[in-house]
Amino acid sequence: MSKLLLDVRGMAVSFGGVRAVDGLTFSVHEGEVLSVIGPNGAGKTSAFNCITGFYKPSAGSVSFDGTDITGKRPAVIAASGIARTFQNLRLFGDLTVLDNVRAGMHVRIRQNFLDAMLHTPRYRRGEDTAADEAHAWLDFVGMEYDRTAQIRNLPYGEQRRVEIARALARRPRMLLLDEPAAGLNHGEKEQLLGLMRRIAALGIAVVLIEHDMGLVMEVSERIVVLSYGKEIAEGTPAAIRSNPAVIEAYLGVEDEEPHAEAERIASETGSRGTAGVES
Amino acid sequence: MNDESTLRAGEKPSVYVSAVEGRTPTNIAPSVTEAGASASSRTAVAELVSNSLASRCLGTGAAVAALALPLVSSSTYVIQIAVDALIFVMLAVGLNIVVGYCGLLDLGYAAFFAIGAYTSGLLSTRFGWPLVATVPVVVIAAIIAGLLIGGPTLRLRSDYLAIVTLGFGEIIRITANNLDFTGGPNGLYGIPDFGDFGLRADIALYWITAVVVIAAVLFSSRLGRGRIGRAWRFVREDEDAAEAMGIHTYRVKFAAYIAGAVFGGIAGVLFAAHQTAISPPSFNFLWSALILMAVVLGGMASTPGVVVGALMISLLPELLRGAENWRYLIFGLLLIVVMVFRPQGLLPAHPGEPRRRGRRAREGTS
Repeated sequence: MSKLLLDVRGMAVSFGGVRAVDGLTFSVHEGEVLSVIGPNGAGKTSAFNCITGFYKPSAGSVSFDGTDITGKRPAVIAASGIARTFQNLRLFGDLTVLDNVRAGMHVRIRQNFLDAMLHTPRYRRGEDTAADEAHAWLDFVGMEYDRTAQIRNLPYGEQRRVEIARALARRPRMLLLDEPAAGLNHGEKEQLLGLMRRIAALGIAVVLIEHDMGLVMEVSERIVVLSYGKEIAEGTPAAIRSNPAVIEAYLGVEDEEPHAEAERIASETGSRGTAGVES
Repeated sequence: MNDESTLRAGEKPSVYVSAVEGRTPTNIAPSVTEAGASASSRTAVAELVSNSLASRCLGTGAAVAALALPLVSSSTYVIQIAVDALIFVMLAVGLNIVVGYCGLLDLGYAAFFAIGAYTSGLLSTRFGWPLVATVPVVVIAAIIAGLLIGGPTLRLRSDYLAIVTLGFGEIIRITANNLDFTGGPNGLYGIPDFGDFGLRADIALYWITAVVVIAAVLFSSRLGRGRIGRAWRFVREDEDAAEAMGIHTYRVKFAAYIAGAVFGGIAGVLFAAHQTAISPPSFNFLWSALILMAVVLGGMASTPGVVVGALMISLLPELLRGAENWRYLIFGLLLIVVMVFRPQGLLPAHPGEPRRRGRRAREGTS
């Protein structure tokens, strides 16, 4: 197995009395595609927010590439090589497509006040390089609309692409995608699948929160399943698909039917017990 | 910061970008309408180039007109009004950095104006410094004031920041009003000017003011387009998203606040030289409100807009002088009319790409 990149141990965060994330432990390896799934309210986005520093975990630790990043500022965590997108698009609405992508390059552009005020050669070269790279990332995600337009005027699917381009422009080692397929049509989901594969091919680890199971099963190498802030299962797509605990979490156990159904599926596929059920 | 990930001019394309550039047409997600899209983006680029050319000419034209004014009309009245207007322009572009670019609502901007004027006035009248020598001290004083107020307040968002800055503006004015050192309610008088260079004194001051203000307008506009200017806009648009891109939003807001403070402070020096006497009422809340109005009226984050807005706010009451006591009523009504019909401001900022010098303009993607 390749090198350990992200290591989350016993992470917890509560809001009032609600334990949104409750002792979550999982890891991400270099260059892998990992999906985090679970019913609504399972704590997936909260977990993302803890990892990226938007929430401070009340317990546990998060380390990235061997460095402890627990409770650091989001900007520090982002600079260490983690980029993310947001569940509800968080683009800079008034700005152009290109400027949005340039946000990802901000920390790498070397330019001070004087360079900007006097338009020194360093300023010009830096701006040109940044523009070229912004175009390159937009090419990469397949954004072919007018790139000098205000982003708010673009169709939703294109905005999704730009948000990914912006995250990629950060040149992360790990990319967290929070429901990237939400609101996309079938064709756009296909393109997203291709895009995620191309991102993985660059050696960037992709962590995906997604409700579209077709997409998840197709693209993931591993899947982590959350329910009530805890990890209930982890394994390959095939193992997760037939894991009774997962089926239970999604369908509930009020009457016998779904459970019996789950056991029937599990016994039929013969994969029961291979999914590494935890806690 | 490792060197590999540092974007510097002339560096070899990174592994990522080479991967991007080495793509084949088949792995670009939408293979549709490439030609069409690039053609339309090319016309858009051409349009933007001509736009920015036009505005560049506009800027140069305005600068030349400002410098040539004393040659056209050298009446004391015109020069007097023009210096006032230019100082107001400088205040407006300074506040535009804070409010327009960075989206921080500052209702106490006149405080920095006062700090500049008082620092300069004190050093020149009490210690006999030449006015030019006070400028570096004013810059430092403005930065310190910016740090002191910004430190605790920039962690606040929107409404809270507005209230705190409003309070700060009043604190500075009331402090100046109550200290003997600052001349109390009488203020300071007998502030020298920069020297007359063999010209009529007010015309010499006019030209100095014009050069400083033109530089201020240019620099604030350029700052707005550079790396820090983009960061300001990112923070204005969405602080969390900016933070997620590795931008230290607190530092970025600080930078905007301090840049604004320096602009305000230097405008204060010009004001002290122009008025020769300053007193606390010169820096009351009405000033802060009028400067903010100039920014909003002209178009937030738009340099040409803010300059026009500032000229309107400072010159309209003069132009309406014929209407005598009715002029402020007419002034107020005009402002309301403008805001109703142009809520984005007179010349709103339009997003666009800067013109690229020398190097290839972006070709189609094929």
